[in-house]
Amino acid sequence: MRGVNVTAMRDASFLVVEDVNWSVAAGEFWVVGGQEHSGKSDLLMLAAGLMPPGSGSCKLFGGDPGSFGEAEPTERRRVGLVFQGGQLFSQLTVAENIALPLRYHKNLTATDAAAEVKSLLDLMELAPLADVTPANVAANWRQRAALARALILKPEILLLDDPLAGLGARHRQWWLRFLDQLARGHGQPGGQPVTIVVTVDDLHPWKSERRKFALLHEKKFAALGSWNQVETSDHSGVKELLAVHLETTI
Amino acid sequence: MAGFYAAGVRGNLARTFELTNTQLFRRAPLPRSYTDFLGRKLFLFLLTVQGLGAFALITLGVILKKSGVAKNVIRPRIRQEIARAGVALLPMFSFVALALGFLVIGQTVSVLAKVGAISYLGSTMVIVVVRELGPLLTAVLVLARVGTANVIELGTARALGEVEALEALGIDPVHYLIVPRVIGMALGIFSLTVYLIIGALASGYLFAFLQDVPMTPGDYFKQITESLGWLDFALLALKTIAFGFFIAVVTCYHGLAQPLRLEDVSRVAVRAVTQGVIVCVLIDALFIVLYLVA
Repeated sequence: MRGVNVTAMRDASFLVVEDVNWSVAAGEFWVVGGQEHSGKSDLLMLAAGLMPPGSGSCKLFGGDPGSFGEAEPTERRRVGLVFQGGQLFSQLTVAENIALPLRYHKNLTATDAAAEVKSLLDLMELAPLADVTPANVAANWRQRAALARALILKPEILLLDDPLAGLGARHRQWWLRFLDQLARGHGQPGGQPVTIVVTVDDLHPWKSERRKFALLHEKKFAALGSWNQVETSDHSGVKELLAVHLETTI
Repeated sequence: MAGFYAAGVRGNLARTFELTNTQLFRRAPLPRSYTDFLGRKLFLFLLTVQGLGAFALITLGVILKKSGVAKNVIRPRIRQEIARAGVALLPMFSFVALALGFLVIGQTVSVLAKVGAISYLGSTMVIVVVRELGPLLTAVLVLARVGTANVIELGTARALGEVEALEALGIDPVHYLIVPRVIGMALGIFSLTVYLIIGALASGYLFAFLQDVPMTPGDYFKQITESLGWLDFALLALKTIAFGFFIAVVTCYHGLAQPLRLEDVSRVAVRAVTQGVIVCVLIDALFIVLYLVA
């Protein structure tokens, strides 16, 4: 992103982040921290090509993500997006949700897609919930189903909007471990390392030297670097985020 | 910016958004003068017509352009919609056909027999049942039963962010959500109209027979078939498919094309049904003109 102004997804006239200059290399794992309403989700939607930048230039795989779809359908499949809360299709079962992108893009019948769906259901421990509709599935498992749906097309880049929000401790551990495996290329069938960008409102669970950190604060984007640099940062936004964790821990 | 929207999966909906910022306009403070109020209503009407027209053209474009895309996903969805807007309504339409036969045809046959004008029976039936009541009644009933469900389903999906989820997966929402509904409803209304007409004509004779009208079944159906021309069949097909297409477009437009919150869904459903009825009446009027010209 070069000089990108991010506007709100629901109101294009409302500027949420100014002048973002940021590049993500293949295989990197970025954690973008920010308070509520700091524009994390909007930044992610823009990165995924779901909305245009207010100004500036945004490139993905060297191309304009806004043209992904009809013009470059294969490019679209290289990016996976997991929404906060999952946003599964309420009329479909968990298994149908996971199968849909694969069936649509490869023109498969439900039977043809069954094997791949089953392997992902097993990997995510979702097999017992395969035939249940999302409304009857707990939020912890809905989020996993959303991850499975994003992974079925074997994306090279995975964008996740606050994936740990509202999850229980056991599920949070599972997510952290699983995303690490994905970043190393062990998590998904095919074994390719995945470039990952997550947005979070609590940096602590993501503490790792292998990850890179960035911050959204008062409409500004700041790439911080490694966890060491986060801990030693004088940035008031970083201190606020770290302090929030201390308060909730106490 | 325009270039960004011009291509891609999101383009279809985005073009509609640009044309349909009626929500903002609706929420503006009420004007004080009567002429301002009328002007605003007129402007809203024009915006809605523009939005509906654009949405109809986009849908038609996607139907034609993506007819071969993801057939294994879209065709089962079309079958589902045909079942929902057609097969599932057969019991209700059996009842309506009986009622229509009794209320309209049975009584008409009886009255015509009393005044000695039984030779006009065929043309009367064709005008009343085949050209007007059958298609219009079917369209209104399907609008009430299926159209309302369309708005609520799509409006809820939009409010819950499912449409953005489709776009993120590279699935065109118009292709996946709208096209099956449009095709299913068009075919459903066509088939149900034929079913309703046949049922109403048959039950109408039954009621006339019970009233001792001196007419054999052969004479009754001979009169009707002699009054029917090829134009009736052609225009009946065109009219019912137009009803289905536009009812689906109106209801899907209100459910999907406008940014919605959950609390807006019920209000939008009422507006969609009202506009659906108006569209049906306008299409009916257009076909009356066509009949007169032809």
